[in-house]
Amino acid sequence: MLGVLFVLLNIAAGLIWVERRLLALWQDRLGPNRAGPLGIFIVLADTLKLFFKEDWIPPFADKWVFITAPAIVAGSVLMSFVIIPFAPHIVVADLNIGLLFFLAMSSLGVYSIVLGGWASNNKYSLLGALRGASQMIAYEVFMGLSLMGVVMLTGSFNLGKIVEAQKDIWFIVTQPLGFIIFFIAGIAETHRLPFDIPEAESELIAGYHAEYSGMKFGMFFIGEYLGITLISAMTVTLFFGGWLGPGFLPPLVWFALKTVGFIGLFILLRASLPRPRYDQLIEYGWKVLLPLVLANIMITGAIALWMKS
Amino acid sequence: MFSHLRTMWLVFLHLFRKKATIQYPEEKIKLHPRYRGRIVLTKDPDGGERCVGCYLCAAACPVDCIALQATEDENGRRYPEFFRINFSRCIFCGYCEEACPTYAIQLIPDFEMAEYNRQNLVFEKEDLLINSQGKYPGYNFYRVAGMDAGVKRKGEGETEELPVDVHSLLP
Repeated sequence: MLGVLFVLLNIAAGLIWVERRLLALWQDRLGPNRAGPLGIFIVLADTLKLFFKEDWIPPFADKWVFITAPAIVAGSVLMSFVIIPFAPHIVVADLNIGLLFFLAMSSLGVYSIVLGGWASNNKYSLLGALRGASQMIAYEVFMGLSLMGVVMLTGSFNLGKIVEAQKDIWFIVTQPLGFIIFFIAGIAETHRLPFDIPEAESELIAGYHAEYSGMKFGMFFIGEYLGITLISAMTVTLFFGGWLGPGFLPPLVWFALKTVGFIGLFILLRASLPRPRYDQLIEYGWKVLLPLVLANIMITGAIALWMKS
Repeated sequence: MFSHLRTMWLVFLHLFRKKATIQYPEEKIKLHPRYRGRIVLTKDPDGGERCVGCYLCAAACPVDCIALQATEDENGRRYPEFFRINFSRCIFCGYCEEACPTYAIQLIPDFEMAEYNRQNLVFEKEDLLINSQGKYPGYNFYRVAGMDAGVKRKGEGETEELPVDVHSLLP
């Protein structure tokens, strides 16, 4: 378990470098390439900078809530990793309601945004927090519902069993709509670009974490990267066969490779798509995705019943 | 939706494009001859200073970074007693070069003049003078100027004729 924690936190830190390099390459630049081999020590530099910055709590802030909020985001995302099967028998807690646990933990993440924005006592932070809350609540719904197709086909909430059920055919083939909706909801859930509406640098300065500095900001930062890793790992587990793959590579490597691919996709999304307006995002969620996901459930259920009889 | 996917694909293709970045200390940008960088004072073909201390550069300078004091030698040739450019103020606009009537002050393609100490950015005449004629080789102001400053006698310059002896014009 400590191994998983160690690897995850290192991945989250390493993503700082990966994201900056990849974004740069997609913008015809080179990105940080000076410190260390290929510039990888930028991670160290960034982390040291965050540690040595003044850890300032504004006098107008609600002190204890202000301090608690960043811990919740990193904590809740790290808790979600507990149920992810990285390879056969490499899982921290083999819960039989793993998927529900994941949904519950990702819902808890919204508390950090709301509490952080509220405790900052700043109108932009509050606006960001409000946006974050309504966005996460809206997209939480489809995230849960989009996974129901997978659950129906597997007959279990256990992620290990879900991966086992994809031995013959990955769920991306049988549940393409579920995958698309889950991925969109995942982007909204991690409030990454193009759905970074709670932060929205250009309109809300930095939204809910505008008042944060030093390592408290670092926790939000790490939480975001952990969120990307989590959604990528969940997508791989649920729709892309988890650790399954041709035998010439060990299962753990397959899992890691697929996850890295999705992390790259997240960064590509950030590099290419503009941010929609807030009302467009919510309208898109409730008016397009909700009917689609309900249709997906009904069709999957009908086919599952038909196959059974 | 499809336009979004197309956008993502096109952005992805940028991975294989040539990068715009020039990795500066190893790779250097091509500086063209008329690039406006460091300011120098040039010399005429005889090796004398071109600057005549007319103060036009100091007057043209929008940030007032040029300071000089004109003086004369025993032949009446003007030159600056001191000539000081504060490069921490200079904006490399090139107005001084445009204003200069004798092509003395010129901007050259060199921008690498970072210093640790701010005072080191104040260049005196010894720092500014270069042993070259710059962009106008062969130009010698005192050879085309009307006045005699020890370079040529009156009327002996280029495009000049000897003064007419007024007594020879008498009827």
